[in-house]
Amino acid sequence: MWFNELSRPDKLRLQRGFFGRAFGRSLKEIFLESLIHRKILKANFRLGYMHMSLAFGWFLLILFGTIEADFFGEKHLNAPYKAIFFKFFNPEYGSSGFAAVYSFWMDLILAFILSGLLLAIIKRFSSKVVGMKKTTKLRILDKVALTSLWLIFPSRLIAESFTSGAYGTGSFLTGSLGSMLASFLPAKEFAYPFWWLYSLSLGVFFILLPLTRYMHIPSELFLIFARNSGIRTGDQSGAYKEMQTYSCSSCGICIDACQLNFSAGITNIQAAYLLKGLRNHENVNDIAYNCLMCGRCDQKCPVGIELTPIRMILRRAGETIPEKTNIWEKYFPDIQHIAPIRTNGVPSYSWLPKEKQVKAELLYFAGCMTHLTPAIKNSVIKIFDASGIKYHFIDADGGTCCGRPLMLAGQDKEARELINFNSELIWKSGAKTLVTSCPICYKVFSESYYLNIEVLHHTQFIKMLIEEDKLKLNFTRRKVTYHTPCDLGRGSGIYDEPKEVLSHVALLQKTAFDDENSLCCGGSLANMKINNKVRNSIARDAAAELTQCNPDILATSCPLCKKTLAAATDTRVADIAEIVAEAIAAPQVKEIKPGLLIRRRKPVTIL
Amino acid sequence: MEKFGFAILKERHIDYDANDKSIAEYIADHEPTFRLCIECGCCSATCTTGTFTRFSLRELQIFLKRGENEYVRENISKCMLCGKCILVCPRGVNTRNVITLAKQALQKTEINAV
Repeated sequence: MWFNELSRPDKLRLQRGFFGRAFGRSLKEIFLESLIHRKILKANFRLGYMHMSLAFGWFLLILFGTIEADFFGEKHLNAPYKAIFFKFFNPEYGSSGFAAVYSFWMDLILAFILSGLLLAIIKRFSSKVVGMKKTTKLRILDKVALTSLWLIFPSRLIAESFTSGAYGTGSFLTGSLGSMLASFLPAKEFAYPFWWLYSLSLGVFFILLPLTRYMHIPSELFLIFARNSGIRTGDQSGAYKEMQTYSCSSCGICIDACQLNFSAGITNIQAAYLLKGLRNHENVNDIAYNCLMCGRCDQKCPVGIELTPIRMILRRAGETIPEKTNIWEKYFPDIQHIAPIRTNGVPSYSWLPKEKQVKAELLYFAGCMTHLTPAIKNSVIKIFDASGIKYHFIDADGGTCCGRPLMLAGQDKEARELINFNSELIWKSGAKTLVTSCPICYKVFSESYYLNIEVLHHTQFIKMLIEEDKLKLNFTRRKVTYHTPCDLGRGSGIYDEPKEVLSHVALLQKTAFDDENSLCCGGSLANMKINNKVRNSIARDAAAELTQCNPDILATSCPLCKKTLAAATDTRVADIAEIVAEAIAAPQVKEIKPGLLIRRRKPVTIL
Repeated sequence: MEKFGFAILKERHIDYDANDKSIAEYIADHEPTFRLCIECGCCSATCTTGTFTRFSLRELQIFLKRGENEYVRENISKCMLCGKCILVCPRGVNTRNVITLAKQALQKTEINAV
């Protein structure tokens, strides 16, 4: 079903993915991630152990159980029930020789699973036992499936124990438990209902599987093959997005990583719930817009679901109309039809004026937010002048927005108009380089504008200037910590240049939240729903983490981050450009050109 | 008033019968900070679109609150959603959400769904 709905190039990719190296990669990933859960083990050992014990343990039980039935049973290639209920059909088995060793091995696997199951049960009530702050809230059907899953292994344990007790077989776990139980209970009679319980819980689990989050078990296998064949999510809803929706196991790692959860207490909008809402055909419009799009959940998802692109698709789609589905449709769901955005086809920004074209080699685009933080703008200009760079300040009088906030609101067509307008200005100027101060603008210039010129963030440009010796800087012995902006760090992959520039002028301290782990300041333009109080609580928590070592300055490279963090801490918050501008060695500091800076006001005369 | 010879200017006339506050109610239901606006005009002062046109968010707020939606319907798509207004608003109104909800509500009234 999913295969049919892939686009033609994707179908070809998938077919190719079943041969050659991609096939080997997929098998390796299935072993390392789906069974052993290596990513979770590395991030959080107890949580990973819990998931691994169930997945890998059950796999081993099935594998060795099948071997057991084929090897020791009367004939080879038995029906599945012979393997699943082996001890029931062969109760005298396993007391001596190789059979005893095998029994020991099977008991060991069962013990392995039960240890993880104990962790899982405790986790439902107190998630601290696996180091998580919160666990996923489940729906009724999920809870029923969970209960039946949890009953499978204990009932197998008790059933096998009773049988072992009755016949004197079994190994360290089932044998000892069995003989203990047989000493005061009629083991043969008691075994029967527990075998039934085992059978029923298995049955209920597999019948409910496609309707619950446990669908991730088969979906993930598909997903791994598709991903290793090179298929990606793209801009529109499609088969790959459906595969990812069903591959979410609701493990809750995204909820744990989400700052709206631990800083603001908002716990209904995280990616696990978004995908759950999609699986249940609900209207997820409000959930889709209530996200900082910081990328922390995306980066931590152990299944590798592209959470941020999926949320963007839902934002583009506008309101999704909830469908009522009957049980048949739940087992064979149709691909979700997302209502396309209604536009009237009239361009919204045709009133933008035709600007006079200025020719320049290097353009500086401050961006909307930089204009609201003039210290950054002035520092960058000071740096340009000190290095003797010729530049044209393309939006000195205000300028047009870069278009990314419209894209984050899902309005791609309108954003395209602004992008075209700005692109024309940039092309016609003949520039080879575009420097910008705002990571939001940087991201959209790099990804969505069709410019074949070099686009640089001002920290990258400053690094170039330092390397080419055009800028001489003093070293100030001040402690700084660096806050990586979401759009520059996780959004564009620029982690090193800002830190190198900072190390050049000050003592850069390490924090617990560096590089890909960095926190979001909360100022995000992507979140349309939260109010200033929520943003401030996120900012306060982030600033508290970053100022734990008591730095003199909290450095950042985004004007929105600077404004948001400055309202949340007493430590000085400054952009890298400001720190560098203050550190320019004396001979290079030039006269500041009037007119480009803050308007000088005459002092107010009182009386 | 006409009997006394005074002219009634249309711009100075608020017609409570013709005005439709349902859009303002829709916005207020989904975005509680909508009611915090004191119409100070900081948003319009910093507006990116405002540097090129007569677009003024403060004007749109006033019209929405009165219920005169036609002007809003024509002009609301001029907003670039850049977010500067949220940063400068002294009362913390979530202006981007107000504009998005207004657009949604206006689309819905076209199909009588508000």
